[in-house]
Amino acid sequence: MNLTPETLRKIDEVIPHYPVKRSAVLPLLHFVQEEQGYICDEAIEWIAARLEIQPINVYELVTFYPMLRRKPVGRRHIRVCRTLSCALMGGYRTCAEFQSQFNTGLGGVSPDGEVTVEFVECLASCGTAPVVMIDDRLHEHVDPARARALSQEIKAAAPAAGAR
Amino acid sequence: MPAPEQHRLIFRHIDEPGYSTDLACYLRSGGYEVLRKSVRRRPEELVDEVKKSGLRGRGGAGFPCGVKWTLLDRKSGKPIYLIVNADESEPGTFKDRYIIHRDPHQLVEGIMITCFANRVERTFIYIRGEFPEGAKILETAIAEARAANFVGPNVLGTGYGCEIYLHRGAGAYICGEETGLIESLEGKRPYPRIKPPYFPAVLGLYQCPTIVNNVETICHVKHIADMGGDAFSKIGTPNNTGTRILCVSGHVRRPGYYEFDVGKLTMGQLLNEVCGGPLAGRKFKAVIPGGASAKVLRFGERYKGRRKVGAEMLEYDWGVEDIPMDFDSLAMVGSMGGSGGVIVMDDSVSMVEALGNINAFYSHESCGQCTPCREGSLWMKKITARMAHGGARPEDGTLLKSVADQIAGRTICAFGEACAWPTQSFVAKFGDEFAEYGRQKGRPRSDSEPELV
Amino acid sequence: MTQPATQDLITVNIDGREIAVPRGTNMIEAALRLGIDVPHYCYHPKLSVAGNCRMCLVEMGMPAVDPATKAPVIDPATGRKRINWIPRPTIACSTNAVAGLHIRTTSPLVRDCREGVMEFLLVNHPLDCPICDQAGECKLQEQATGYGRGYSRYIEQKNAKPKRTLLGPRVMLDDERCILCSRCVRFCKEIAKDDVLGFTDRGSYSTLACYPGRRLENDYSLNTVDICPVGALTSTDFRFKMRVWFLRQTNSIDTGSSVGANTVVWSREGAVYRITPRQNDEVNDTWMADSGRVLYKAIRAHGRLDAVRVDGAQSALEFAVRAAAGILGVGGVAVVGSGRSSVEEQFLTRKLRDALGASASLVSRVGKGDGLLVSADRNPNVRGALVTGLVAGLPAASLDPLGAQIDSGAVKAVVSVGEDLADAGLSAAQLAKVPIVYLGTHANPTSAAARVVIPTLTVFEKSGTFVNQQFRIQKFANAVPGVAGATDDLVALARLTAAVGGPSLGGDVRSIWKQIAAEVPALAGVGYDGIPDTGLLLDGAPWAGLAFAEGPSLRFRPADPPQKEAAGRG
Repeated sequence: MNLTPETLRKIDEVIPHYPVKRSAVLPLLHFVQEEQGYICDEAIEWIAARLEIQPINVYELVTFYPMLRRKPVGRRHIRVCRTLSCALMGGYRTCAEFQSQFNTGLGGVSPDGEVTVEFVECLASCGTAPVVMIDDRLHEHVDPARARALSQEIKAAAPAAGAR
Repeated sequence: MPAPEQHRLIFRHIDEPGYSTDLACYLRSGGYEVLRKSVRRRPEELVDEVKKSGLRGRGGAGFPCGVKWTLLDRKSGKPIYLIVNADESEPGTFKDRYIIHRDPHQLVEGIMITCFANRVERTFIYIRGEFPEGAKILETAIAEARAANFVGPNVLGTGYGCEIYLHRGAGAYICGEETGLIESLEGKRPYPRIKPPYFPAVLGLYQCPTIVNNVETICHVKHIADMGGDAFSKIGTPNNTGTRILCVSGHVRRPGYYEFDVGKLTMGQLLNEVCGGPLAGRKFKAVIPGGASAKVLRFGERYKGRRKVGAEMLEYDWGVEDIPMDFDSLAMVGSMGGSGGVIVMDDSVSMVEALGNINAFYSHESCGQCTPCREGSLWMKKITARMAHGGARPEDGTLLKSVADQIAGRTICAFGEACAWPTQSFVAKFGDEFAEYGRQKGRPRSDSEPELV
Repeated sequence: MTQPATQDLITVNIDGREIAVPRGTNMIEAALRLGIDVPHYCYHPKLSVAGNCRMCLVEMGMPAVDPATKAPVIDPATGRKRINWIPRPTIACSTNAVAGLHIRTTSPLVRDCREGVMEFLLVNHPLDCPICDQAGECKLQEQATGYGRGYSRYIEQKNAKPKRTLLGPRVMLDDERCILCSRCVRFCKEIAKDDVLGFTDRGSYSTLACYPGRRLENDYSLNTVDICPVGALTSTDFRFKMRVWFLRQTNSIDTGSSVGANTVVWSREGAVYRITPRQNDEVNDTWMADSGRVLYKAIRAHGRLDAVRVDGAQSALEFAVRAAAGILGVGGVAVVGSGRSSVEEQFLTRKLRDALGASASLVSRVGKGDGLLVSADRNPNVRGALVTGLVAGLPAASLDPLGAQIDSGAVKAVVSVGEDLADAGLSAAQLAKVPIVYLGTHANPTSAAARVVIPTLTVFEKSGTFVNQQFRIQKFANAVPGVAGATDDLVALARLTAAVGGPSLGGDVRSIWKQIAAEVPALAGVGYDGIPDTGLLLDGAPWAGLAFAEGPSLRFRPADPPQKEAAGRG
């Protein structure tokens, strides 16, 4: 299991925070996903062994929490809130705009590998609806026009096709 | 009567130009002075102040904070834990976000005072996974506070020690339920526990006595420690004391966060004056006053009864606009103050579809542990989805209510009520729309009508 | 009807009837004692309380008390204490007895709760009854009939989940049927100590699973099938073989080890279809090892002896007995008895030994105990041989001493009751050197070498008793008739004993017990019919000095080892 020294350091630091080792499973899953982009089989078994629990105990969590992924996502991760306040302000149209900009469905990776577009539940910023998270940043008041602009930014920042 | 001014107690610095999240800035505005005073008092005094203050939890349940602290089992010899519930996920609520992202040290100071008052030596902040930047900001703030001995093994040289650890969630609303949170913190699937016997105050985190408090509630503790419980209790309304942050979203001109003395303004003042009224050419149709799980109010309804004001029993006869925004009044009219998330819907909204959106949320977030919520929430979602996509029958409203009635009160945790109340109230208040909906099959949606489901 | 509430007894009131129960009793158990059924799925008396099915919801109330005087409030209309019924129902499985507790199980609210839960359970449940093994013993069927609404209002699409998933070699999972009660997960974690099962995904899409690549294959996996209230977990061995309402149930004992787990053998028309555990809170709770469940396959296994033979030729019992008597009459006989024989068979084997003036030994069968229901002694009834006096000590590790005696000529003939001497250590040469009389069920080198072969019965085809590691004597009954050609062990042994000049004894359990009760000190005064289904504890003190191999089991703690054995145990 090839984790970077930085990730291993973070793991070693976080485990003693808890009187019971098993509590560290979520932090470890976050660290591994931040480094590798998703949680693979090997990661589940490695984390289970590290915390002296069974692989099923880790697997149960990875499949429960929507933020933990078993497969990689596109280079940019676009999460559109679909809950009531954002929907009232047009969140569904925003999502449709992103999908159309990258010619992609919900979930999965777009044909150019750039994005994964998905719906998520309330992101706790209802006053500035519709909101969208792109990677770790929250974008507010994202109507279809703003979605178009953000998509252009993503495409402009994409590595040149040859460089990939 | 015009709406009162905001009383920005918690949110004093949230929109202040030049205010930053670092310790130096917080110290410049008197930060950690209350902690300094508090650690020189006896912990029991601080608990008394909170009891006198009448502070009610700001996470959604509105349970008196002082009473919650009193229920802690202090005789077991086991360590006592505080868990800060920063899993803000109730749709319509967006106040803890700003505390965390813009004034984290206020939270840290409130936490340390709470811990000192309850002899807690290790506390966890459970922050929702969707606040990655907030997590970084809090980590930095905690590190700064530790370096200055506001947090750590020897707080301000008193010999009292307490560590704060951040724990990130990963996208589950049920982790906002206190025992679901505890299970998640223990590294298990966040299945809420049966109560009895697993009351957190007795058998909480690692089966030790535990208090779980909301972020805003803990910030209020700091202000109570500062001004005293009596002074705090004079703010707001009797039994509904202090200030609270109302989060308004949906179809108003000026959605956003607003902090007021509890009960000192009405729904009408909030929506029409503070938030600028409905959008151009629209009329208010419905409002959910306390987060998506609160029962909906229909504009045009009247609420009549008698209530205690001071020493007298007075009659009230309210329209939606007249309801004071406090826990008790909202409960009297059949809804709740909840988390303070006010979601406004105007006449462009189909209530069937709005309910469909809410039902989809709850069925997605149900942990699946107990039968009524697991099967009932998905069933209700399938009914409203079917209705919204062309298969509505006149009896579906009655069916929805019947299913919801089989969930509320029968589940392990309050998620049962949370997913049943919207359905029960939408059907009860807008039964006409539910019965009529099928007849509008095939009618094209106009551009002004939002797609909700 | 009401018992006085003594120290640890608390009086509760269920549906107007009072009962005193021990502290800590939950309301499902208390109601059961009154003959009241509180339907439930996830609750199991031997597992932790989960409280997730919500089927056992009942109304709870406490007597109203005047806040000032603390005296109970009396309702003037009825003259009885007024009860404050809590509007929110409570689950009976986690409601423990407290003084003054009142429970209602038949109110309109409780009826509505049950109809609601039943409806919800059936909403995503597939219509598999016609092809589901659980039919006839399915709690969903039973409780839908007893407490359900009787019709469905669900017109949406049901959730689809994986069907026919092999969870392990012996357990098949049909996920759509699963009601997520978590009994199997709790069992594996708490009892089998093999945390291999869990729920994946969330909400109504939650699915039981093993971690991909791992299997449910511990030696207790089939208990999950027993406790699964629906047909989600089924036995791969029993799947699709027989409808349970055709099966006859017979009490028996697992002969896999000296634990003596109580079992039920299910049979129809002479064939056994499956074995399940029988509850005995002193021995095995409600569990048994998987290894004990396959033992019935021996009945029809290849190599089953089905003909009496004398010198290889098929013969009749009478001639075989006479031939055996001739062989054994030369003197120098060694009797090899078995720790797998019943107490009655061992008693008769002793009679045979006495009549022959021979020595008797048992074959040792020691393995690794699992701390649960398979003990280190894989013989179910060594203690029966001790109690009946067939042997005085524990079996030696091997039959080498007997082999030496055969070589030296000291032993001139051997009679083996169900033990393969080759397997026990004798060489082919030794088997060939002396004439052997063999009583047993399956062909083996000993039966091949024997001059007289008398086929006998498996445990499933006869009745008797075993004495387990606790010195508990437990009964087993015959579930199916013996295969054609086999003789009841008791008949064979009785005839043999009489033929070599011993006493004439009856060849059936009850007549033998008259002798046993008279001659065996540990069983003095015990009547066969008086032995309860859960067994009878005997006094094992006379054998306390022996170095028994067993360590702890689920319900057994070995006595401290005797001091003189402390050093240099052999």
